[in-house]
Amino acid sequence: MAGTTLAEKLWRSHVVPTGEAGEEDLLYIDLHLLHELNTPVAFDRLDRAGRRVRRPELTLGTEDHNTPTRDIRRQIEDPAARHQVQLMRQNCERHGIPHYRLGEMGQGIVHVIAPELGLTHPGMTVVCCDSHTTTLGAFGCLAFGIGTTQVEHVLATQTLPLRRPGDMRVTVDGVLPAGSTAKDLVLALISQIGTAAGQGRIVEYRGEAISALSMESRMTVCNMTVEAGSRAGIIAPDETTFAYLRGRPHAPSAERWPAEEAYWRTLRTDPDAVFEREVHLDASTVRPHVTWGTNPAQAVPLDGVVPDPATQQDSVLRQAAERALDYMGLAPGTAMREVPVDAVFIGSCTNSRIEDLRQAADVLRGRRVADGVEVILVPGSEAVREQARAEGLDEVFAAAGIELRHAGCSMCAAVNEDRLGAGRRAASTTNRNYEGRQGKGARTHLVSPAVAAATAVAGHLCAPEDLEA
Amino acid sequence: MQPFTAHTATMAPLRRSNVDTDQIIPVRFLTRPTVEGYGENLFNDWRDDPDFVLNRPEHAGATVLVAGTDFGTGSSRESAVWSLTGWGFRAVVAPRFGDIFYGNALKNGLLPVRLDLGAVEVLWDLAERDPATRVTVDLQDRTVSAGGRSWTFPIGEDDRRRLLLGLDDVDLTLRHLAAIERFEATRREGLPTTTRGDLGGLLAR
Repeated sequence: MAGTTLAEKLWRSHVVPTGEAGEEDLLYIDLHLLHELNTPVAFDRLDRAGRRVRRPELTLGTEDHNTPTRDIRRQIEDPAARHQVQLMRQNCERHGIPHYRLGEMGQGIVHVIAPELGLTHPGMTVVCCDSHTTTLGAFGCLAFGIGTTQVEHVLATQTLPLRRPGDMRVTVDGVLPAGSTAKDLVLALISQIGTAAGQGRIVEYRGEAISALSMESRMTVCNMTVEAGSRAGIIAPDETTFAYLRGRPHAPSAERWPAEEAYWRTLRTDPDAVFEREVHLDASTVRPHVTWGTNPAQAVPLDGVVPDPATQQDSVLRQAAERALDYMGLAPGTAMREVPVDAVFIGSCTNSRIEDLRQAADVLRGRRVADGVEVILVPGSEAVREQARAEGLDEVFAAAGIELRHAGCSMCAAVNEDRLGAGRRAASTTNRNYEGRQGKGARTHLVSPAVAAATAVAGHLCAPEDLEA
Repeated sequence: MQPFTAHTATMAPLRRSNVDTDQIIPVRFLTRPTVEGYGENLFNDWRDDPDFVLNRPEHAGATVLVAGTDFGTGSSRESAVWSLTGWGFRAVVAPRFGDIFYGNALKNGLLPVRLDLGAVEVLWDLAERDPATRVTVDLQDRTVSAGGRSWTFPIGEDDRRRLLLGLDDVDLTLRHLAAIERFEATRREGLPTTTRGDLGGLLAR
């Protein structure tokens, strides 16, 4: 009999034995994260049914989507958004759920704060009403996004009835070239396998290039796993994982640590485990990437050109490409480097951690943003903001003409006041270049923080090495 | 939840693939505190186009949406489903669905029907040639029938049973409360709680 994958091991260790045979397992949830945007209806239904939150101490709330990033002390202007934040606070308070409020240390994008608080230990199950919960698989967790009805279910029972997804593996060998980042790696991967390759599957990442990534970079890869359609991404924990967690607020105590680490070290896929699909990628071939279209698979190397839909054999993909180019206002054959931008956004659960801000600062040091380009830089958490200030990055940004704002989702979700106008074009370190994602009619090119920073300086898409010294 | 057994209606043919949830309901309309009212903003930005299928009078009243592959990809927003049900749709037919959308639909009595692209193209042609064509989506025998043709679609047995009966998941699960409590007694003691305390060690090293 074939061995077992890491994902299957974690799944099996969380199945509540109910004595009922079915296609679905009742899966126990170790950590349930909440934000204000997708959860008010779940609490409304919970209250109407007269149910209580079963394990508030395994639940955590934050405010990230609707919240302002500039003047965080003033009232939120949009009454509906303000009401959602108020509801979030009331719901958490009423049910005894720990919650981090706008502007306080600990608050930030839900997928950024959970790891930095040390809440994501290898081997856990983690859910959140947000598709980018896949980010947390970087810690060897089974972490996935759920809907609002499922939020209500987890609040009431701390479990979810689910069918176990299939297994897929992506092996990334080789070494990433200097100038290429985890963002480029994952964009290159998705452009090869498409937006549906992972549907119904958990993707395990492994290989030399994955092992070499920092936790921040691993989170970037797992974050965008959902853009390949996957249910979750997972990376087996190793020394890098342990070093990240050690000493964090909710990490195991010094006494408890050896036993936990010994357990974490057992969390590996058996050598003879079988995957439904295997994909191999050579990291040494990955160059900086940029999207040209309206889904994350529509990406090319930055030194490439806008592809011609006419050369696309698959009729579904061809029509999607034609429509995308129409929306993006781009002609086939245009060099990506010649595409001018109106704005640059650095932030989001994909690229708003301290490593991302350092990458941007390294490019911006001693340079200035091009005239006419609006740059919005939003750290993923108040802790990231504080760290950036402690390292003097805020001064680098200020000298370049960029304000280091307060934490939130900002112009990635574009549900707060940070939005891009119709027809305006942005280089963005986010995860989705969908139509209207950053504002109605807005055009998004997904890039790494380094490319975003270089683009801000040049005023058109470009890499740091394209800038004059 | 409203049960689903069988439904006969006219179709809205949406000839687009990769219809992500940001198109189904743009994020700026996600601030309603209850499920009511989301239907108003279904495909909000696409409805600026007078030729968009939901604006065409010949497709008014259609309650089965027929779409291209990878429908409902992207964000987990359940409001994508509430906007479809709020508009009046009872079923969506497509070759493939985003995972989270598919699960959300099942939990709200909106039947997601997987049919291959060939069948979807037949349905598109039928609906465009004669918008009065009626389609029957039958969950009991897992079939879609229209224009003298019939196709079988796959659906999990647990999902099918819940949808046929309109069962509430939470009630079903709470029957297993004792088993959940027994499981909890075996959880490893090193697992974290979210209880707030000292934030030392929060900053990166």
